[in-house]
Amino acid sequence: MTMRKEISVLVLLAALCAIVASQSPQFLSVTNLQNMARLIGTYGIFSIGVGVVIITGGIDLSIGSICALLGVLLSMMLVDWQWPAAVAVPAVIALGGVLGAGHGLLITGFGLQPFIVTLCGLLLYRGTARYIASDVTKGFGSAAGFEWVRSLASGSVAGIPMPFVLLLGTAAIAWILLHRSVYGRHLFAVGRNVDAARYAGIDVRAVTTGAYVISGLLAAISAILIAFYTNSISPSTHGNFYELYAIAAAVVGGCSLRGGEGSVLGIILGAAVLQVIRNLVNLMDVPSSLDFAVMGAVILIGALADELVRRERT
Amino acid sequence: MTDRVLQVAGIAKRFPGVIALDRVDIDLRAGEVVALVGENGAGKSTLMKILAGLYRPDAGEVRLDGRPVTIDSPSAAARLGIAVIHQELEVVDTLDVAANICLGREAVWGGPLRLLDRRAMQATAAAALERLGINARRNEMAGAGLHVRTRVGALATAQRQLVTIARALAMDARILILDEPSSSLTLDDTNRLLEVVRELRAQGVAIIYISHRLAEVEAIADRVVVLRDGRNAGSLERGQIDRQVVVRMMVDREVERTAAAPSRQSVPADVHFEVAGLRTRRYPAVAVDLTLNRGEILGIAGLIGSGRTELAEAICGVTPAVAGTVRLDGRPLRIDTPFDAIAHGIYLVPEDRRRHGLMGAAGVRENITLPAINRHARAGLIARRAEAAWARQAAASLSVKAASIETPVATLSGGNQQKVVLARWLSLDPRVVVFDEPTRGIDVGARAEIYAVMRRLAAAGTTIMMVSSDIEEILDVSDRVAVMHDGRITGILHRDACTPERVMQLAVA
Repeated sequence: MTMRKEISVLVLLAALCAIVASQSPQFLSVTNLQNMARLIGTYGIFSIGVGVVIITGGIDLSIGSICALLGVLLSMMLVDWQWPAAVAVPAVIALGGVLGAGHGLLITGFGLQPFIVTLCGLLLYRGTARYIASDVTKGFGSAAGFEWVRSLASGSVAGIPMPFVLLLGTAAIAWILLHRSVYGRHLFAVGRNVDAARYAGIDVRAVTTGAYVISGLLAAISAILIAFYTNSISPSTHGNFYELYAIAAAVVGGCSLRGGEGSVLGIILGAAVLQVIRNLVNLMDVPSSLDFAVMGAVILIGALADELVRRERT
Repeated sequence: MTDRVLQVAGIAKRFPGVIALDRVDIDLRAGEVVALVGENGAGKSTLMKILAGLYRPDAGEVRLDGRPVTIDSPSAAARLGIAVIHQELEVVDTLDVAANICLGREAVWGGPLRLLDRRAMQATAAAALERLGINARRNEMAGAGLHVRTRVGALATAQRQLVTIARALAMDARILILDEPSSSLTLDDTNRLLEVVRELRAQGVAIIYISHRLAEVEAIADRVVVLRDGRNAGSLERGQIDRQVVVRMMVDREVERTAAAPSRQSVPADVHFEVAGLRTRRYPAVAVDLTLNRGEILGIAGLIGSGRTELAEAICGVTPAVAGTVRLDGRPLRIDTPFDAIAHGIYLVPEDRRRHGLMGAAGVRENITLPAINRHARAGLIARRAEAAWARQAAASLSVKAASIETPVATLSGGNQQKVVLARWLSLDPRVVVFDEPTRGIDVGARAEIYAVMRRLAAAGTTIMMVSSDIEEILDVSDRVAVMHDGRITGILHRDACTPERVMQLAVA
């Protein structure tokens, strides 16, 4: 396996960092770096999940709404229902897995298109979140008894924000799963040539469903971190566009939407690129309304440059 | 001479490694039906594609009404009045019959707005259907059958075919080429189609009718033109047309039993693999029975569409059989998925290796170890060194030519790609291997290597089924030959009794 794609994303990331650092001394300040690492960690985790789905040739559009639904539920469990955190946290993560399994079964069992299934998920979970929260912003207020969970989102280890540490842990497991395990081999085979995988005796349905379960689980973990990071969950806007961040991170990081291509390292670098761009908008006095426009432009230029370099070589 | 609408003179077409057409001549008069017959690979499709403007000939010329013409695109063919009705009917399911018949030549009104003139299109469509003997208006009144407002997706195959023929007529086609028009029709529908062909002949349309089914050819043709190995092999006028004679023309050749083919000892009777009452999804009405001895190579011959691939795919679980039993060493097996077949050591070498066999972007190593990566894993984690060693050895045992075991297989030659597929299965103790067109698109050298591998496997006790359209391959490699027609096994020939003529007679049944 060549690292060409990862190296080119790394170059893009370094170039962006150099530009922002030269324009704004604040970029390299400890606070700014810590804050960015926290966001990269949180967004990186669900981006890996979506990347796994994209490697099978599928797509997951439900991430933002899952974050909203699970965030609302987490708040209700801990604050309204007074569940112990040791129950609420596993329950939320399990629910994420169940939602993912539902997507996977609808896609493999009924032959529905991933785009449709997860688009319906996007709408369904958003609506459900708003309904069960009575469209009222939820939070954790001053309720006590779950400081350890809060510290996962807002704490640090040796100056490194916890979400980033969690991302590294997730990435290590995901790397082994994707690049060293039998499941990963089967996952890439399904994405590369689903017919050849089936003819080789691979259970394509189980492999594909597994990818959506992974995406749901990682979205749930991120949802917990985001809920505590924002500490206020407005059900109609919480997590908006997160699915698109995830898809962008995966694609910038070298996943092909046709499936069969991608790596954990690439996805993380992609997630980092997106956060540096957001940071750039903040620090360089770009009107914040241009936020998305700058992100779109940078991704487009990156994709174009990559394609031109690729053609040059072949 | 002017009554010859179409003259094909000395047409030649060469592809890398194959001469598809070698100076072929055909004449066609108005109001004449010429049947074009030949084995798979005789050059019929190539000739048809040249007339349809899809291929350019390397030599020779096509004359229409005595004037040489250049057919350099499908639209040029349409302009010249040549229409080809392909086996895969080119219709748009979501549009109605009138819209399909006028597709690409829609009637419009409203000047620059170019709005669709549905009434004019319906009139055109009705007129075209009328020429096929279909009264669209009456059908619409009766609320039954084919009429101009029926959605094409709701039509049966035979009716869709009539829509494509009507489209050709609406485009003023004078020369109609029907490619295996009856291959997916029932007997009744076929008879109706022959009626339509007679009707068009009476209207002066010149028709080339390509078919494997000699009964139809006898019924409809004014003349039969036989192609063999890309050359004219003779023609027969109406009245002389005789099935036996046609078959002989199709296959008559000096069959060179290659020196490389050693006269094999006959395989001792030791039943290893049995198929009983197997019904495939495509031919559920037909039960197939086969008994194979250990170490035997059974060739499966037949024309395209005779159910050979379906049989192979049912045995290997790709498209599970709807009924029937498969036994290995007397033990009945349950095979619902490729996984089941592979678990019993029954492996398929598929016809289309790029689509069904290989991951083109992945390297030789991953392609070889794909079905059995578990063997190189502990607790779900792959032992990469063991995997690489396994792949390297498997590739070396078949002398796969690749720069390394990480070379993407898409960059390898057809022969080497096939060897990668073989290396995959050979490294997994095969008990039964089913080859579907094992040497399609493979050059002569690699071909001989693949035959040698098959013989070596058989000698080591693996039982082999080999589906092939290449009659020489069938004769060279097989111990026995089963011939199929319409999903049925029409005969099993022993090696010594097997001649191209016998095979072809059984294949056209």
